[in-house]
Amino acid sequence: MKGQIVAGVLSPHPPHLVYAENPPQNEPRAECGWEVLRWAYERCRTNIKALKPDALIVHSPHWPTVVGHHFLGLPHFKGLSVDPIFPHLFRYHYDVRVDVELSKAIMGQCEQAGMSTTLVTNPDFRLDYGSIISLHLINPDWDIPVVFISSNQAAFYFSNEVGNQVAADVGHATRRAVEASGKRCVLLASNSLSHRHFVHEPDIPEDMSFERIHHHGQYLWDMKILDMMRRGQCRELLDIMPEFNEMASAETKAGALTWMLEAMEVPSYPAVVHGYGTVIGTGNAVVEWNPSLIQGA
Amino acid sequence: MEGSLISKAYIVSGMPQVLLAPDQSPAWGRLRAAYQALAEDIQQQQADLILYYSTQWLSILGYTFQADPKPEWVHVDQNWHELGSIPYQFLIDTDFAASYAAEVDQLGYKTRLINYRGFPIDTGTIVAQKLLNPNNRLPAAIVSCNMYSEKEETTRIGQAAARALQKSGKKAVAVLVSNLSNRFHIEKIDPRQDKVSSRKDDEWNRKILDMLGAGDVEDVAQTVREFARQANGDQKFKGMWWLNGLLGQTNQFEGHIHGYEPVWGAGAALVALTPTAPVVARPLESTLGSEEGSQAEMVEELTDFERVTRPVVQPSSQLVIPAPVMRKAPPVMPASPLPDYEIVSKTSAEPVGTYPHARRYGDLLFLSGIGPRKHGTKDIPGIVFDAQRKVVSYDIRVQTQSVIDNIKKILEEAGSSLEKVIDVQAFLTNMAQDFPGYNEVYNEAFKHIRPTRTTVEVGALPTPIAVEFKVIARP
Repeated sequence: MKGQIVAGVLSPHPPHLVYAENPPQNEPRAECGWEVLRWAYERCRTNIKALKPDALIVHSPHWPTVVGHHFLGLPHFKGLSVDPIFPHLFRYHYDVRVDVELSKAIMGQCEQAGMSTTLVTNPDFRLDYGSIISLHLINPDWDIPVVFISSNQAAFYFSNEVGNQVAADVGHATRRAVEASGKRCVLLASNSLSHRHFVHEPDIPEDMSFERIHHHGQYLWDMKILDMMRRGQCRELLDIMPEFNEMASAETKAGALTWMLEAMEVPSYPAVVHGYGTVIGTGNAVVEWNPSLIQGA
Repeated sequence: MEGSLISKAYIVSGMPQVLLAPDQSPAWGRLRAAYQALAEDIQQQQADLILYYSTQWLSILGYTFQADPKPEWVHVDQNWHELGSIPYQFLIDTDFAASYAAEVDQLGYKTRLINYRGFPIDTGTIVAQKLLNPNNRLPAAIVSCNMYSEKEETTRIGQAAARALQKSGKKAVAVLVSNLSNRFHIEKIDPRQDKVSSRKDDEWNRKILDMLGAGDVEDVAQTVREFARQANGDQKFKGMWWLNGLLGQTNQFEGHIHGYEPVWGAGAALVALTPTAPVVARPLESTLGSEEGSQAEMVEELTDFERVTRPVVQPSSQLVIPAPVMRKAPPVMPASPLPDYEIVSKTSAEPVGTYPHARRYGDLLFLSGIGPRKHGTKDIPGIVFDAQRKVVSYDIRVQTQSVIDNIKKILEEAGSSLEKVIDVQAFLTNMAQDFPGYNEVYNEAFKHIRPTRTTVEVGALPTPIAVEFKVIARP
């Protein structure tokens, strides 16, 4: 049977969301915080659970590579992920099963398309916190195998346009590999939208009276992008992605959203925006592309 | 040197190839040998601690200081994981970390002492520590590199380290962990054939090394911006500002280049700097600078984002850039570039992204796309919204006139005028409906100026405006 990408989620990774949820895996404890985004994730994870996917495939900017695209090549990784920027919020004990077969399949498709790839076979390798956070927020039960894809950031040397194309090529390779695998997969694009941070935080990190967008221009851009998603205008969105990345200092520059949309053959149906909120001034949205919701299947 | 807070300073590359794979490449092997010479040099230093600033430890919320007395882990680099694992254990001078953080606190930046098991110390610091101070003979102090900081702030963080040393009565070996040019080969290479990724990067690296070899630390710090632009400096090579602040912003050093080699295309150097005059701390008050100096510095340092949020008009004649301290013959530098600066209008509508209203380059003024919005308000002249802020109607004539008014203001603030416009690109969201009204207003304004013009229809503009102009003018 032909494999299928059954859904894709723009799944940003602020550690604040895991911190505020107080899962047993995370050491710090919070009172509350960022509920709009956390509830958005809760709605989204219900939909994803219902799909019963065989694998989650996550693309994160916090696994940056310059020489091609890297994949995890061992079936199991267990360890402690400490966010180097927000260590007071995120010290998470992870235990992850990797779909090595699918990882190698995507890697093979990348290589066939002329891309450089590398497989991680070092058991001491520590998984990036961006992937861990997105995965926890979508599937806190950790009961679905995962494929991790690094974010090739060599495109920074050239331009946003080149970066977009590199990410698109990996997306196409991902789609071909999934289809050949016979598996039903969900893609996670681990990206914020606008990404300019405040450089201070309140004494109580979850003090929501502090939280707002860093700059009105960022908000306008975020809303423009979300509106396009809601209208199903993903091709147009990809067309202006380089400008969005530059104008809003957007984290999508790292390629995850482009990768996901291209892997999904650039959806023309409306996405479900589960919620939008700011974290330390950055714009974040949980957005789901799920054909089964649209078709009422 | 007696009375000096710093016994010796080093600039080193933190690439893991030098630690884990020196045999794979002659260049990496030479760096490894040079590292050994530095390690032996450090063994001879009468110092109380080794102070690291690495461009690979990035922070956002101000500055972070390692305060775990004995952090240990088995580290694997995210990018170069196939080279193997690096077990490490540091001995940290936590008292000094607290003193340093207290000094940075006084500057008004957010600080955090971190003492968490498993905190990921960066590859660069680990590589430097393993090769320079493997047995923890000197306790270490490690401060983060703020990803948003610019020259003045980074220099102050270095100055604060000197004050912390003075107050704690300690002497340090200072280590800046940074590549020079930081452009990697993006495909797999034969390490034996490794070379700096471009001749331009290589030439710029050598310029910097010429200056460092002469001990001209202050001069290098003054050159950082241009170097970073030209050679993709590692984190804009901002670590040099930190080192310069720590070392007292002088050229009073003996420099020695122990090695300069490519590591996967990046420019990796090992440099030793020996003070020829005691390094002393500058009092907090003296580091704050004059109002004029600070203003000039502020203008120079604005990030793109800040440029569009501060109403600063900065024609070149008004810039006050402090002269660099030159105690020796200045290095040979590239020819002076053409005028190139930004104009941020005080009176036209605020941009909706990270761009200035205009930019002068050479003898031309390039304006960003200018719409009809008015300064200090979200209002768009000639537009009517319903309760859901959907556009009910708009008047293209009013919007076009407002665009022209905005352009006129920006040009005049840049020392130009509407009469000096030489090219106009006009964007309409509804050509069929709006062209006549737009053209009528345009003709009235430009009939005697007669710039070239292109009018196109676009699907949408970033805000609900119907018209936008992109203009080129003479200054």
